[in-house]
Amino acid sequence: MTVSRRTLLGAVTGAAVGTLVVVRPAHAADDLQAAIKAFTTGAPLQRGRVKLDIAPLVENGNTVPITVHVTSPMTPADHVLAITVLNEKNPQRDVITCRLGPRAGRADVSTRIRLANSQQLVAIAQMSDGSFWSDTADVIVTLAACVETP
Amino acid sequence: MARALITMPATAKRGEIVEIRTLIAHPMETGYRAGDDGQLLPRNILRRFSCRYDGEQVFSAELFPAVAANPYLTFCTIATVSGTLEFTWEGDRGFAQTERVALTVAA
Amino acid sequence: MKRPLALLAAAALCAAGLAAAAAEPPKRDDGRRSGFDFMTREVQAIQRDDAQNPAMLWVQEGAAVWDRADGNANRSCASCHGAASEASSRMKGVATRYPAFDAAVQRPITLAQRINACRVDHQQATALAPESQELLALESFVAMQSRGMAIAPPRDPRLVPFRERGEKLYRQRIGQLDLSCAQCHDERAGARLAGATIPQAHPTGYPLYRLEWQGLGSLQRRLRGCIAGVRAEPFPYGTVELTELELYLMQRAAGMPIEAPAVRP
Repeated sequence: MTVSRRTLLGAVTGAAVGTLVVVRPAHAADDLQAAIKAFTTGAPLQRGRVKLDIAPLVENGNTVPITVHVTSPMTPADHVLAITVLNEKNPQRDVITCRLGPRAGRADVSTRIRLANSQQLVAIAQMSDGSFWSDTADVIVTLAACVETP
Repeated sequence: MARALITMPATAKRGEIVEIRTLIAHPMETGYRAGDDGQLLPRNILRRFSCRYDGEQVFSAELFPAVAANPYLTFCTIATVSGTLEFTWEGDRGFAQTERVALTVAA
Repeated sequence: MKRPLALLAAAALCAAGLAAAAAEPPKRDDGRRSGFDFMTREVQAIQRDDAQNPAMLWVQEGAAVWDRADGNANRSCASCHGAASEASSRMKGVATRYPAFDAAVQRPITLAQRINACRVDHQQATALAPESQELLALESFVAMQSRGMAIAPPRDPRLVPFRERGEKLYRQRIGQLDLSCAQCHDERAGARLAGATIPQAHPTGYPLYRLEWQGLGSLQRRLRGCIAGVRAEPFPYGTVELTELELYLMQRAAGMPIEAPAVRP
């Protein structure tokens, strides 16, 4: 397990700088469901229209590029209101929440995120008609070899 | 004042979708990391980003500790009129910074 | 991706037109590979794009510091070397030939040490602390002006004994793990070490943005990290041993293109 490897090396050097301390909640998957419900306020979550682009195998969980693309005409009558990205095993579920609107033209957002461990990510789009659409991605995160002292 | 880099076209045709790419220097200290002494380093992150153009907010984002250091954020907006786009980042410890970029929109 | 506009944004700071292409090293016939080749596609994409590469924030800072007057002489780098916007021509090639011999101290010095020597001698300012943000910013700004150019170690006979000591250090087993640089980076490059691929250790991209650091750092920081990684006591910043290692590594990488400021995992 990646955390124990770092802790072992950390014990030798006397420092554990640079580690993301993983405070994993007791029921990570339940928490994720709760976070999803909080965003959808209980409305049904449908699969589709959302594409969550992220590498399936990540070399370093510190800086992971992701892109969320939502298929939508982005007109005043029919557009994406918000996009949120949630995770399964980081210390907290939220990653980023974006507010869009018809002036966006295209519902495409990119950023770089941190992943503390191999886990599932969920991207949810809230549409102007009140519907919620989603995509998920499973990511394997490997870590760099050496723990450093500054 | 943190260093910020905004990449977007200088000109666009009216109605054209322009892609805006932003990058700002910030450690995004999560609050979950321990320092050399074993004590948790306090959280220090950017929490909010917004873009105002032609009189209204056209994009905003709420950032959490899971956003990587030196946040990179890209989004799109429709070129409407010539004007100045305002990009604002706000965060912990009273962080507030606005960058302005002009966009010339041809008919 | 609006690539042309990213170039426009960077044009003021670097040789226009070369920026995008120079950020990626070409494949070689001689078996030498940049650390770039050992990275995932996603991390390569961050280095390729000046609009995304976090190191460009330091380059931007470096350009600002370059133009700012400092010290008792109230001079800026620009006072002698021209404005930051012209630095692409004035500073072109500089990073390819460091470390270089400095007659004043009778030993080779790194680019960062050269920058500090200029500050002290010509600006009458205090030297910037090693690994300080300001020094890294200046170093990244200067190094980037050589992006795409071949590493060209000076053929200076005075450097020979230092370079030889650097090679000796490279081949010497050190630390509790009793490993030499050569054992990983010559004999086992391409193999895996605890989830990461061992690169060949060519310093083509320094100073660089390391994902592990979530920040920009110098070659000396990386060397100290590796030395600590084999559980040896790292040489303090600025010591001649680190310069000697760099001197050897740059000779070993001679002819490979500079990628500064690179991104690495």
